[in-house]
Amino acid sequence: MRLTFLLGEVGNGIRRNASMIVSVVLVSMVSLFFLGAGLLAQREVSVAKGFWYDKVQVSIFFCTPQSTQAESCADGAATQAQKDQVKSQLDGMKPLVEHVYYESAQQAYDRFKKQFRSSPYLSDISADAMPSSYRVKLSDPDKYNEIVASFDGQPGVEAVSDQSSVLSTFFKLLRVISVGAVALAVVMVICAILLITTTIRQVAYTRRRQVSIMRLVGASSTVIYLPFVLEILLATLVGAGLAVGLLWALVHYGVEGLFNDTGSSTGNLVSMIGTTDVWDFAPWLFAGAIVIALATAWVTLRRYLRV
Amino acid sequence: MIRFEHVTKRYAAGGPAALDDVSLDIDRGEFVFVVGASGSGKSTLMRLVTREITPTAGSILVAGRDVAPMPERKVPSLRRDIGVVFQDFRLLEGKTVYQNVAFVLRVLGSKRHQIKQLVPETLDLVGLDGMAGRLPHELSGGEQQRVAIARAVVKKPPILLADEPTGNLDPDTSAEIVKVLDRINKTGTTVAMATHDQGIVDVFQKRVIELKNGELVRDEARGGYARDETRERERAAQRAVEALERDED
Repeated sequence: MRLTFLLGEVGNGIRRNASMIVSVVLVSMVSLFFLGAGLLAQREVSVAKGFWYDKVQVSIFFCTPQSTQAESCADGAATQAQKDQVKSQLDGMKPLVEHVYYESAQQAYDRFKKQFRSSPYLSDISADAMPSSYRVKLSDPDKYNEIVASFDGQPGVEAVSDQSSVLSTFFKLLRVISVGAVALAVVMVICAILLITTTIRQVAYTRRRQVSIMRLVGASSTVIYLPFVLEILLATLVGAGLAVGLLWALVHYGVEGLFNDTGSSTGNLVSMIGTTDVWDFAPWLFAGAIVIALATAWVTLRRYLRV
Repeated sequence: MIRFEHVTKRYAAGGPAALDDVSLDIDRGEFVFVVGASGSGKSTLMRLVTREITPTAGSILVAGRDVAPMPERKVPSLRRDIGVVFQDFRLLEGKTVYQNVAFVLRVLGSKRHQIKQLVPETLDLVGLDGMAGRLPHELSGGEQQRVAIARAVVKKPPILLADEPTGNLDPDTSAEIVKVLDRINKTGTTVAMATHDQGIVDVFQKRVIELKNGELVRDEARGGYARDETRERERAAQRAVEALERDED
């Protein structure tokens, strides 16, 4: 079968069943949009958590040359002796202190740059501004107050923070969004599969004489199936393209526009996903569209279009 | 070319036999009428050859292939060797005469220059030259059947099956259609035509295979529709005279 002829057949099929094909486009767009939104919400959780969130409960930040607000930092950057003092105190607090990580200013800077890569405002902070820190994992996270009480205000220590409490509400919200979006995506994917099945049956019905002649003259099953499969594949891929476009718009105008804007103060608190994350997921959404289209088309054709 | 060996076909297990222990042999280049009343098994015989159905018992050889045990994926290659014509033409309504015939070659992946050569050649063979641009609904029944025949033979199959090709046509047109089939037979194609058109069979005096309730009751090298020879000869003579008169017109 020549390509021009095949494309002509595909074009004919799409023209004659335009409304069905359009509905396949829309349903696959909506289902993949929700799937993408769910994935982006997950990504936002991991981006916002950063590197330490799941590993530690309390972080002890040391003074930098620039930290002048805190009284304990009046002498400038924390000295090695001050850091050693904190370390030995932490070692003395076992078994409550389960594990202690040290993060140097340079390590903190590298991680920070990676974490906030989507934020133009935050990425031009210099390495000097980054504090070195001890990241502390507790055997009982509820007792973080004991650590805060012991080190808060100690010379050389700029701040002691319990990270999880700051972000937990935000994460709960994101998890609801993520689970909700994925659940909706599952429902919509089921819709898409059913609709593709119906569409193929309808297209097969309008083309039944053609198919019977193809069978009769000895066309192989591939040749008979191909126009159907291509029509559905095209429709779902267009749907996936639209879904990616919508997700890009959502992130670009919604998330980046609102939170990562230079003028906005909220941008300072939490690192946000950017359009690069959308591009990361786009190939998976397209792959999902291809899998749904091919699997459904193949099963349906096997069942309803005897060759 | 087509050989049936003790072929029995039952559509339902234990049900009545649509074909009952039929053995026959159609050689390369033959023209055969398969006659019998409705339900005698003519269509079953045709569908067994194209392997739309498989026999309950017996073996079928078509163009050197053993059809019954053939795996599904080899069926298309069998069907490429068989052209089929039906009573109801089965043309694609939206396509022109040319496109209907070319459709087969396109589906089978022929090269453009082959299509450009074969389609007009075949339209000429069935007497449709000059009609290439017409749509099926602009054609008479006889012309539509010619298109269907062109479509069946454009891929140059060694076998042509025609299942009641004249069933929807008036006697004169029917005779013309059979003449077309005869012309195709002369090019070396084996032709088997199922019919209950008595006049046609009597006039053309070809080999006749008669089925009755699924059984082969007659296989005559040159025969008429009915077994009664005297009546048959009279009718043949009458038809021949009529045909001559028509030709003179």
